[in-house]
Amino acid sequence: MPQSKTIVELSCPAPLPAKDTILLGHGSGGTLSAELLRDVFLPALHNPLLDRLDDQAIFEIGGVRLAMTTDSFVVKPLFFPGGDIGSLAVHGTVNDLAMGGAQPLFLSAAFILEEGFSVADLQRIVDSLHRAAEQAGVQVVTGDTKVVEKGKGDGLFINTTGIGVVPDGLQLSADRARPGDKVLLSGSIGEHGIAILAQREGLEFETTIQSDSAALHGLVAEMLQATREIRCMRDPTRGGVSSTLNEIAQQSRVGIELEERAIPVREEVRGACELLGLDPLYVANEGKLIAMVAPEAADALLQAMRRHPLGQGAQLIGTVKAENAGLVIMRTTLGTTRIVDMLAADQLPRIC
Amino acid sequence: MKYLDEYRDERLAHAVVAEIARQTTRPWVLMEICGGQTHTIMRYGLDELLPRGLELVHGPGCPVCVTPLETIDKAIALALRPDVILVSYGDMLRVPGSRSDLFRAKAQGADVRVAYSPTEAVKIARANPARNVVFLAIGFETTAPANAMAAWQARREGLKNFSMLVSHVLVPPAIRALMVSGANRVQGFIAPGHVCTVMGCSEYDSLVRDFRVPIVVGGFEPLDLLESVLMLVRQLEAGEARLENQYVRSVSYAGNVPAQRIMQEVFEVADQKWRGIGMIPLSGLRLRDEYAAYDANRTFDLEELTVEEPAECISAQVLQGLKKPTDCPVFGMRCTPENPLGAPMVSSEGACAAYYHYRRHAVAS
Repeated sequence: MPQSKTIVELSCPAPLPAKDTILLGHGSGGTLSAELLRDVFLPALHNPLLDRLDDQAIFEIGGVRLAMTTDSFVVKPLFFPGGDIGSLAVHGTVNDLAMGGAQPLFLSAAFILEEGFSVADLQRIVDSLHRAAEQAGVQVVTGDTKVVEKGKGDGLFINTTGIGVVPDGLQLSADRARPGDKVLLSGSIGEHGIAILAQREGLEFETTIQSDSAALHGLVAEMLQATREIRCMRDPTRGGVSSTLNEIAQQSRVGIELEERAIPVREEVRGACELLGLDPLYVANEGKLIAMVAPEAADALLQAMRRHPLGQGAQLIGTVKAENAGLVIMRTTLGTTRIVDMLAADQLPRIC
Repeated sequence: MKYLDEYRDERLAHAVVAEIARQTTRPWVLMEICGGQTHTIMRYGLDELLPRGLELVHGPGCPVCVTPLETIDKAIALALRPDVILVSYGDMLRVPGSRSDLFRAKAQGADVRVAYSPTEAVKIARANPARNVVFLAIGFETTAPANAMAAWQARREGLKNFSMLVSHVLVPPAIRALMVSGANRVQGFIAPGHVCTVMGCSEYDSLVRDFRVPIVVGGFEPLDLLESVLMLVRQLEAGEARLENQYVRSVSYAGNVPAQRIMQEVFEVADQKWRGIGMIPLSGLRLRDEYAAYDANRTFDLEELTVEEPAECISAQVLQGLKKPTDCPVFGMRCTPENPLGAPMVSSEGACAAYYHYRRHAVAS
């Protein structure tokens, strides 16, 4: 062994075994999820469409540009203030299509039910899914039902796949952000995550916070009317605003600088986060979007967003920079800077 | 938000910073004891605002960080027993023991649950009479009263299936240990406001007297910490060593007497091992003999293991303020929050994790 002291040659074994087991954190949308993609899924499945790692794949068939996406819903509790797993299964997939600029058209819905699940609850969920689809102007055109033995599922899981059409010439992708671009956020953050958390076993607390779960394609259509200078759009779901911005920073190889005081957080969400020791930047949203836009179009886009009911609280929250490529940096309320990191897994409540 | 925004006010913060700069004529080394204070300093970049030469080093006050490896190994061993429900504060779940962590135990089928309050664990015990519910009772004096209350309540109800795996640490003996160690560089302490809310200030009076070191009991918001720094600098520049209380909105000299009473009823002071530091005499709490039936260390047949930290982890020096996380050769390289080699990289209050999450850009540039 050479007597080198360089860091790369240190070779003590890590105290923990290799990552040979799936942990809950692998589903959090943080760096553990990203590792799973990198190490397991992409090597096996990679192709030019998948490799883009956008929320949806966009391809052309018979001269028509189509967007396709899929999402599984395992939320617990099934019913929560502001929605339920049925409406969420529509909104989540519709939004993944909308983030590619697509007009959502058709959905599939697959149900995995656990033996013993209440038919009345299933009815409520299916009715809610139907209502949400109707409001979003999409049709559920195919579906599937499977039942697993008691104890082998958690009540009910839903998978939805969506198809939509994308206007000609529109190119939205997380690798298109450029230095100088502005970062717009459609409204206040953290409401879905906190509404869910408030219902969890062991953490129950009383709050008036409702999930923001909503279909965003109407807002997106207005935004695309206002400007074609949008580089990319993302809905900051699990992992929150921070994970979404980190993904964009990494895929576009740019730095993103945020203004802490510009990020809208409702008082109730702030209060709950203070109490629980959480950072709202990492809390999930289901009815918000982030858009990166060319600087000259930012103002017009912001005004267009604010005219739409789902974008009334829109704010310009930051700027894309050439420096600190791959990192999200926040200018704090005190004028100092800090990193807004991507978490390994879900945030953990702090002890004190 | 009332009671928060005032303490994060930019204008006031910069006024205090300017005053600190005016008062500081020499370099000083100050230590904030509590991990919550470290977190605020890093999150708001307070150290960036201080004059050059005024150095903040980070103390051992991250309860998750100093919980011994052996305790975590025991918790994992207990959690893996099919008859056990292990209940823990959330941020303990990712802390690496010698071979695994509670998240991995959970993935192997262990019933591990997160609670905000130990009384939740008592509730779970009540609801699951056929299972043994073990609460991983860790922390400083801050969590001790609530943990004591859980044992007290379980005993009063005669619950047979509730116990606690206790690893409690006390702040004043740790400060004493730092001061008597030959390597100490700290010239003034920001004492942990929440610990003092419970315990009051008298223990810190004797530290000030014995070591002629100024101590300011400080809060956790940016202005609390900046004001605490200012109070310490004023004392140091004037050659004084007094106990002062910055966190007057929460801390009284006597502290929370009923909370102290329940702690005394349930716990007794004992020698305690600190992860990364070692054994400190009379620096911990254990359940009294009257509560033996609620002491998982006594009711379960647990192997007594002694395990060593990975050799390259410098958490011992970090937790004593002798080194900064960024002095570590593996910081951010092979030791990251995803793959921590030592506990300060795990908890959000750990100094290494705070540097990693908030400061990598400054380190790199």
